[in-house]
Amino acid sequence: MSIFVDENTTVIVQGLTGGQGRFHGLRNRDYGTRVVGGVTPGKGGTDVDGIPVFNTVDEAVAATGATASFVVVPPKFAADAIIEAAQGGVTFIVCITEGIPAHDEARTYNRLVEQFPGVRLLGPNCPGIISPGKCNIGITSGDIALAGGPVGIVSRSGTLTYQALHELSQQGVGQTTCVGIGGDPVPGTNFIDCLSAFQDDPETRAVMMIGEIGGSEEERAAEWIKAHMTKPVVAYVAGVTAPAGRKMGHAGAIISGSKGTAQAKMAALAEAGVHVCVNPTEAGAKMVEIVRAL
Amino acid sequence: MDLFEYQGKQYFARYGIAVSPGGVADTVEEALAVAARVGYPVVVKAQVKVGGRGKAGGVKLAASDDEVRTHAGAILGLDIKGHVVRRLWVEHASDIAKEYYASFTLDRPNKVHLGMLSAQGGVEIEVVAEENPDAIAMLSIDPLVGLDVATARRWVAEAGLDEAARAEAAELLVKLYRCYVEGDCDLAEVNPLILTPGGTVHALDAKVTLDENAAFRHPEWDEFRATETEDPREQMAKAKGLNYIGLDGSVGIIANGAGLAMSTLDVVNQVGGTAANFLDIGGGANADVMAAALEVINTDPKVRAIFVNIFGGITRVDEVARGVLEALSRVSISSPIVLRLDGTNAVEGRAILAEHLNDRLLTEPTMLDAARRAVAFANQ
Repeated sequence: MSIFVDENTTVIVQGLTGGQGRFHGLRNRDYGTRVVGGVTPGKGGTDVDGIPVFNTVDEAVAATGATASFVVVPPKFAADAIIEAAQGGVTFIVCITEGIPAHDEARTYNRLVEQFPGVRLLGPNCPGIISPGKCNIGITSGDIALAGGPVGIVSRSGTLTYQALHELSQQGVGQTTCVGIGGDPVPGTNFIDCLSAFQDDPETRAVMMIGEIGGSEEERAAEWIKAHMTKPVVAYVAGVTAPAGRKMGHAGAIISGSKGTAQAKMAALAEAGVHVCVNPTEAGAKMVEIVRAL
Repeated sequence: MDLFEYQGKQYFARYGIAVSPGGVADTVEEALAVAARVGYPVVVKAQVKVGGRGKAGGVKLAASDDEVRTHAGAILGLDIKGHVVRRLWVEHASDIAKEYYASFTLDRPNKVHLGMLSAQGGVEIEVVAEENPDAIAMLSIDPLVGLDVATARRWVAEAGLDEAARAEAAELLVKLYRCYVEGDCDLAEVNPLILTPGGTVHALDAKVTLDENAAFRHPEWDEFRATETEDPREQMAKAKGLNYIGLDGSVGIIANGAGLAMSTLDVVNQVGGTAANFLDIGGGANADVMAAALEVINTDPKVRAIFVNIFGGITRVDEVARGVLEALSRVSISSPIVLRLDGTNAVEGRAILAEHLNDRLLTEPTMLDAARRAVAFANQ
């Protein structure tokens, strides 16, 4: 099994007619993802390489029955696009857009929670999600993932996610699902959402978690793991040497005063029984060792 | 983007938040002119984006022209924790009956807004939070609901603000919240918020951090950007569309993706080196971007070795390799370059570099090997 998306997931791409939307949308389809439509206001009735384009999410969902949406639109339109997707009836939204104002994210998140409780948002500013061999929504290269499990991956960083997939796939260790939750301050889906889904997924037998400086999601995840998680967890947290007060590339990756340091996160995770590693290579090796002993 | 105090006060004023009358001065003469306009006594305040100005001698009271000359002269050019004072804010000195603290920021764990209000202002709020957390009244605000005056009135009472201050403080807090939201602030902080003996409430300081992601809807921020005193290399990198942060070490870092770049800094540190910078060339970087990144790092005299750590996803490794050759043909790179190339088109990328490799341009198979090699060069 996998979490959140599988071979039955049908996807529309909001922004399919744009450069990025076309590139990633077609790559996702080539991977085998059921990309059934696109949405671009004013371009309804056209198509992108055979994928029909609609003016609104409502029309796209009515015509295709899509269950998920992949939002690839510029930052100033992204919050509205997410709400439109929820109103249109999809239940899973992946938004890769980087650069959405934090206040827009906070409003959008709370609107989804209050008005669309059945909808899950992944991102913004995330690489997306891949259930190897079944469904890939986002910008991850499908060829670095390996189907068959038993590892679930959840990560705040894009390239470190690829690194993690690579380390495992090279050793012949497959993944059930790899979720990039993104590097923004208000992620729609957090570590605990993913850990909980992996805990409930019978095919996932171990979880790799990649965190980074900023916020306290890793500390909260540690508490959750301590209380609920029975599967082994390997963690890596980036930014041990990051200076305080600077946004390290991601809007959410900032040490504020003494809060949000990698050291505090690593300590909390270790205290919860997580195997904490000091670099991605060590984390990969540790996970391979754990999987071989299962 | 952090604002100077005077910019924060000007930003507050846009939203009707009361501040002391004052003006900006870059010279002693300008300081005297502002003092004459706002009336004595005045406070002469260094404009630097760092805390602890008062202790460093950057905030002085002046009751006469002579005192303004003395203090403005001494503060201009003063080095406060590495920040040289180029500009002053001169304002009419307020009589202070009480000092409070107020701020709005994002409550990341709960994904709502957080208001913090305390009757103990004028000191660092972190200290209050540590020593006397009950002295801070926290208010969670649903972004969809916002803050109304009725809620603010209950809040000022709960925080224990003096009766005389409550009505005006509640109004001011609603305006400050509006500034925080409509003004797209990451942080809007007033410390101290004061009550005067005459019973009025106003902001005596302003600490504002703007969310750069919202710049597209704030053309008025251009004037703030013009005064951003950035490291020249950070400016150069920004102009080339690179995400660069200067650090103190000797290994120049180039990576794709924020997480991988942070991780590269860590790994360099683990094998005994220190990073000279954080540099994320972003997703989908092409040869031009890679060449620009090498050029930026090449201007840093501290750099003794360059570690290029690429895991191609959207970024194609062959493009990165072409960029390295492009940079080498355009400028003389003064440090040896160690590359670790993996991911999309890595085989093609390594092939492009193969015939150009020498003892100052090397590839290593893994991130750790490459880090060790780069650090060995830097520590030679």
